[in-house]
Amino acid sequence: MITVNGEKLEFSGNISGLLEILEYNGKRVAVELNENIVPKTEYDSTILSDGDKLEIVRFVGGG
Amino acid sequence: MIPTETEFFNALTERHGADLQKKITSAKVAVCGLGGLGSNIAIALARAGIGRLHIIDFDKVDVSNLNRQQYSAEQVGIYKTVAMTANLKAINPYCRIIPETVRLDENNIPEILGDDDIICEAFDKPEAKAVLVNTVLEKFPEKYIVSGSGMAGLNSANTITTRQVMKKFYLCGDGISDVSDGTGLFLSRVMVCAGHQANMILRIIAGNLNV
Repeated sequence: MITVNGEKLEFSGNISGLLEILEYNGKRVAVELNENIVPKTEYDSTILSDGDKLEIVRFVGGG
Repeated sequence: MIPTETEFFNALTERHGADLQKKITSAKVAVCGLGGLGSNIAIALARAGIGRLHIIDFDKVDVSNLNRQQYSAEQVGIYKTVAMTANLKAINPYCRIIPETVRLDENNIPEILGDDDIICEAFDKPEAKAVLVNTVLEKFPEKYIVSGSGMAGLNSANTITTRQVMKKFYLCGDGISDVSDGTGLFLSRVMVCAGHQANMILRIIAGNLNV
C-alpha cells in the first residue's frame, strides 16, 4: 500500500507506471517521494515500495 | 514631483513597520514569466518595496496580452522585460530591477536563478511550469518556489487558494481550470491567483511560512 496525495492505493511498480495509471502527463507534474523531489530522469528507475508517500502536483495551462 | 528615495522608504516603513520593511527591502525575488501572472506579481512586489526584482521573459508584448497583462497599447512589439522595467520604475524608481530576456530551461536555470532567494513561477505553458519547479526543487533545495496553476475562465474566484504542497513549494490557483479548455483568461481571475502568489512571497519574506 502506498499513499498518493493523502489517499491510500494498492500499487507496485515504478513512478512512470503510477503516473500512467493515474492519467497524469509526466511532462506536466512534479513528484515528491517521502518528502524528496524525484528528478524526472528517475521516474523509470524509482520502484515504489510499501509505505511510500507521494505528492504529485499537476500543472495546467494559463498565466 | 517624484519622491526622494528616503521619502519613499519612510512612507513604506510607516505603513509596514520598520522590521518588516527591512526584510522586504533586502529580499531577492525572481519572477519567471511576465504575462498575466508575472506582470501583476511584479507590480505588487515593487509597490511593497522589494529590494531586488529579477524579471525574466523571452517574449514581446502582443496585442492579445492587453486583456490581462500590465502593459499599455503603445508597448506592443517591445520585449516584456523592457516594458515591465519601465512600468515598475514608474511605480517605484528605487526598486532594483534586473531584467533578463531569455527562455528558461533545465540547462540555464541553475546559473540564471542562483542569486535569488524566492522564485516565482508565472509561466503560461504547463510543461514550462513543470520544468522550472522541478529544476528549482532539484538544484536549489534552500530556495522557495511559489507557482500558479489553474486560473483560466470565469469560475468562482473563491476556488483559487494557496497550498503548501511540498516543504518549500507553494502552489496557488484552483489546480484544474486549464486555458486549453477554451475558457480564456480574464484579468479579474488571473489577478486573484497573482495576488495569492505575491502575498505568499511577502509572507515568506516576513517569516510566515504557513499559507
